[in-house]
Amino acid sequence: MALLRRSETVIAGILLLAMVLIGTINPAFWQLDNLFSLMRSNVIIGIMAMGVLLVLISGGIDVSFPAFAVAAMYLTIKGMLALGYNGVVLPLLAATLMGLAFGAVNGFFVYKFRMIPLIVTLGTSAMVRGFLLGIVGTSMININKMPTALIDFARTDVVSVTKADSTTYGLTAMVLIYLGLALAMHLVLRYTMIGRSAYALGGDPEAARRAGFDLRKTIFFIYCVAGALAGFAGLLHSGMIWLANPRDFVGLELDVIAAVVLGGASIFGGRGSVLGTMLGVFMLVMVKNSLIIMRVDTTWQLVVVGLIVIAATALSAWRDRRRAA
Amino acid sequence: MSDGFIELRNIRKVFAGVVALDAMSLVIKPGEIHCLAGENGSGKSTVIKIMSGVYQPDGGEILIDGRTMPGMSPIEAIAHGVQVIYQDFSLFGNLTVAENLAMNVHLGEKRRLMNWRRTRAIAREAVDRLGVELDLDAEVASLPTAGKQLVAIARALMSDARLIIMDEPTTALTRKEVETLFRIVRDIQARGIAILFVSHKMREMLEISERITVIRNGRKVAEGPTGGFDEALITRHMTGSDILNEPYVWTPPPGPPPVPRLEIRSLTVPGKCEDLSLAIRPGEIVGLSGLLGSGRTDLALALFGMVPRYQGEILIDGAPVRLRTTQEAIDAGIAYVPEDRLSEGLFLPQSIKRNMLATSYERLARRLVIDRGQAEEMTQGMVRAMQIATPTAEKPVMQLSGGNQQRVVLARWLLTDARVLILNGPTVGVDVGSKAEIHAKIRELAQHHGLAVLMISDDVLELVQNCNRIVLMHRGRFIEDLPAADVTEETVSDRLKTFT
Amino acid sequence: MKAQMNIRSLVNRDNNIVQLLVMTVLIFAVMTALSPDKFLRYYNFESITYIFPELGLLSIAMMIAMLTGGIDLSVVGVANLSGILAGVLFHKMAGAAGIADTGILTVLLGGVIALGTGLVAGTVNGLLITRLGITPILATLGTGQVFTGLAIVLTGGPAIVGFPTAWAFLGNGKILGLATPFVLFAAIAALIAFVLSRTALGINLMLIGTNPKAALFAGLKRERMVLYSYMLTGVLASVAGIILSGRTNAAKSDYGTSYLLQAVLIAVLGGTNPAGGRGTVLGITIAVAALMLLSSGFQILRFSNHLIDFIWGAFLLLVIAINAYKNRTR
Repeated sequence: MALLRRSETVIAGILLLAMVLIGTINPAFWQLDNLFSLMRSNVIIGIMAMGVLLVLISGGIDVSFPAFAVAAMYLTIKGMLALGYNGVVLPLLAATLMGLAFGAVNGFFVYKFRMIPLIVTLGTSAMVRGFLLGIVGTSMININKMPTALIDFARTDVVSVTKADSTTYGLTAMVLIYLGLALAMHLVLRYTMIGRSAYALGGDPEAARRAGFDLRKTIFFIYCVAGALAGFAGLLHSGMIWLANPRDFVGLELDVIAAVVLGGASIFGGRGSVLGTMLGVFMLVMVKNSLIIMRVDTTWQLVVVGLIVIAATALSAWRDRRRAA
Repeated sequence: MSDGFIELRNIRKVFAGVVALDAMSLVIKPGEIHCLAGENGSGKSTVIKIMSGVYQPDGGEILIDGRTMPGMSPIEAIAHGVQVIYQDFSLFGNLTVAENLAMNVHLGEKRRLMNWRRTRAIAREAVDRLGVELDLDAEVASLPTAGKQLVAIARALMSDARLIIMDEPTTALTRKEVETLFRIVRDIQARGIAILFVSHKMREMLEISERITVIRNGRKVAEGPTGGFDEALITRHMTGSDILNEPYVWTPPPGPPPVPRLEIRSLTVPGKCEDLSLAIRPGEIVGLSGLLGSGRTDLALALFGMVPRYQGEILIDGAPVRLRTTQEAIDAGIAYVPEDRLSEGLFLPQSIKRNMLATSYERLARRLVIDRGQAEEMTQGMVRAMQIATPTAEKPVMQLSGGNQQRVVLARWLLTDARVLILNGPTVGVDVGSKAEIHAKIRELAQHHGLAVLMISDDVLELVQNCNRIVLMHRGRFIEDLPAADVTEETVSDRLKTFT
Repeated sequence: MKAQMNIRSLVNRDNNIVQLLVMTVLIFAVMTALSPDKFLRYYNFESITYIFPELGLLSIAMMIAMLTGGIDLSVVGVANLSGILAGVLFHKMAGAAGIADTGILTVLLGGVIALGTGLVAGTVNGLLITRLGITPILATLGTGQVFTGLAIVLTGGPAIVGFPTAWAFLGNGKILGLATPFVLFAAIAALIAFVLSRTALGINLMLIGTNPKAALFAGLKRERMVLYSYMLTGVLASVAGIILSGRTNAAKSDYGTSYLLQAVLIAVLGGTNPAGGRGTVLGITIAVAALMLLSSGFQILRFSNHLIDFIWGAFLLLVIAINAYKNRTR
């Protein structure tokens, strides 16, 4: 009974229903290579969604993370090329730290000037993108220049299957990184005081202040983590697609926010879970991919994602209002 | 020299140029039950926030165990054993009872990790200590008010508290629940914990406390053992003078009784009020009293069109009306002055004029554009009629005193040609002089303009002195309808006390 | 005594306006000093009067949404969709004579469709916010995506090129020697200023934004007024779309994407309180003029568009910081 009342259960139910529906329309959906590629598409959006989940739980919003992701990615790869460095761990660390530093700017403005997070993140987003394209450069770095270590790393598969026609496909190991980060976020949210302080801040900021939470620390933590995750995901993405495009990720904020709200996070703050978010990400990615499989014109994608945002937020608003009454 | 646990010395606090506290001194001795008395707006809540480190004083000092505490933060205050139970309980509705209970312990210990097993153990112990039954895994938002208060008290008790400040703890409780609360308070005291009971209800103060401090307009005006006070003395200190008013007399005109201005027939709001019937004739001022949660505010909101799902009949001047929206209520001639003037009544940074005309703009703009001449005329007329002390009606209403602000709200409704005036706490936070003038205004409106007035108030004295009838409400029903001539403050208060 | 009070309140109220004017003059002076021969040319100012009205209208729309503590992130999507729908109509109706000579009736029909698009889009936003209780940020983020998506679906991606001459007149013609867009902007800005200060709608919006709860208890028609405000916002956005498509003789789903940030920046710079209750058309007008002078100066100095975006972002953060600082001392 308690399980039934959890919103994750509801989301999982809807997800299953949607999978059955899509699978009936197009049985190709259930083929292993499709499922593998679906999971692969979850990785980047999923990692970014963990950051957005944290921000939404605290009652804020962030539209700057795609800019941070692309800046961290492009700057890191530029740096690697300039230094002739070919590795994995250090660059990922650098991209993460860069994202974190950008996030700290968000945190500073949101905390210090008590400004609406949307407006702050609009500003930082424009600054970072403008800086990247206006000063660093606009040219793509493609496969023949990309650091090989990154590509090789992102190519690792967990399992690989050989088809009858001797082509192989596999499940990328990046899924494990996503799962690991998701687990880490779950542990942070559930088992650390800083995680609980995000819930407290989103639930009632005044009560959180009175209880003696260090809200400065909380707000900085939230926006820094969101930035760091975006930076990390950005670089990983370039390794996965063998390309570093400084104009990448435009409009991605909506997909990610849609996924998080679909996953049951409240648009008023205070509620949301990692499991729900993962389900929401899966649902969003699945619907977008299925549009292609079902031969729906790709131009409809924006409309569909927009409608998903509206439907998911309307449901979230309705649910939270009922709970408050 | 101080034998107190916590002491405020000459505290001064200024907000945006307005002095909230001045030369405020207060000593709480270990293990005593101390009452801080004062009307709403007298500075009580500022005292609480300074003692708990939420506000930093602009002058003076705070001492705990005789040591000064410069720049005390909320965390420090808690670490020294100061706990506050706010009126809104300051709980996290989105978290469970257990987590709400254990949160402060974790924070106080500067923990980084959240141990859920320990959280439950802490919560279990806290609940047991209080001797009550609470579902630890329930989300706090799903609890009723009394349940939330229990959580708040249990939480305050757990971190080795040495002083628990309770801000108006009895407002939402029935008499029986108040008795339970007092039993718990004495129980807490027996463990050597001091209680600061912040209230404006005299009987409760006299019943529970050992010492009383009275503040008015941000200054301490009296202090001493409870034995030295009685209700009249506290009132005098709280308000600054004895309120002696001529009682309001309403005599029905000769001939057949006039058609009631407002009549309700078996009005029911599911879950809030049941089967209420009442008639108020032109010129009558009917008082409505009852505990918070008795359904009195729900009745007012239903009459103002804010509870569209009510059942029963409402008649204005004999004609049945159906009130589904506030517009319908206003069009029917009903006016409502809400309970909390600052958050529900006024647009603080906007001008006096806009505040007054807020409800009239649509009428002023019959031909699309607002008739500015008429708007100015109406404003000036009301500023004069209501004797609002201001050089210009363009001044932001937040710069006015409480009494003048309430006049602005009243003026707004007089401009709508209201026939029925519902007042919820009409003089809360208003200084004594203004209070008498507002009362006089209300009487005049009833007597000379034929309004029907329904006055809801916690202040029994206010009702006894200004109403010709007093209706007592309990658990959503009218219990008694007393002619004011036959009652005194005592009898009404005693009657209210028996409600459980 | 009374006169003194009035003067003081006037100065206080218009403090922001005075600061804005000072800032504008300063920008003017700096740009003149940096590049007098290019900046001070008549052509430069004339071209500004063609370009700024789109952005000015979008900024006024943003300010109106902010009056009730909301925001409208769909304005650019609405503007593009309006232009595209009209363009699709013109291409469908184009006779043998070609698009340029489309009859005046068809052009009028196109105008009705464009404005109708804005009205419908605004109504959808307003209903989502008032009826379904979605926060304005997420509601308009979602609808903005839908509008942009529909624009892509209609065009398949590339721009619709070629608009009737009469339509183009709205974007690059002249009335009495003044740019048509400028005249349109002036008329609409004056109208909106009048609506905000002299009609029940305008004052109700200010009051609702100041204190929604008190508005409820004062019996203001909150839901309806907020709905109207988003409808107005939508129509203003579609007018911007008409001017934009007329000026460039084309309509595309991703035109003017940087306008969103600029509109927010101008609204905040122009003294609008994003939390609601305060905002003036005059403030917006001066702010947009200041920004346009700055922008044309940057272009003369050969700053890239990306660099200018960077500066706008930084400017927005700076304005936030300054406003916070001013409010603190007050």
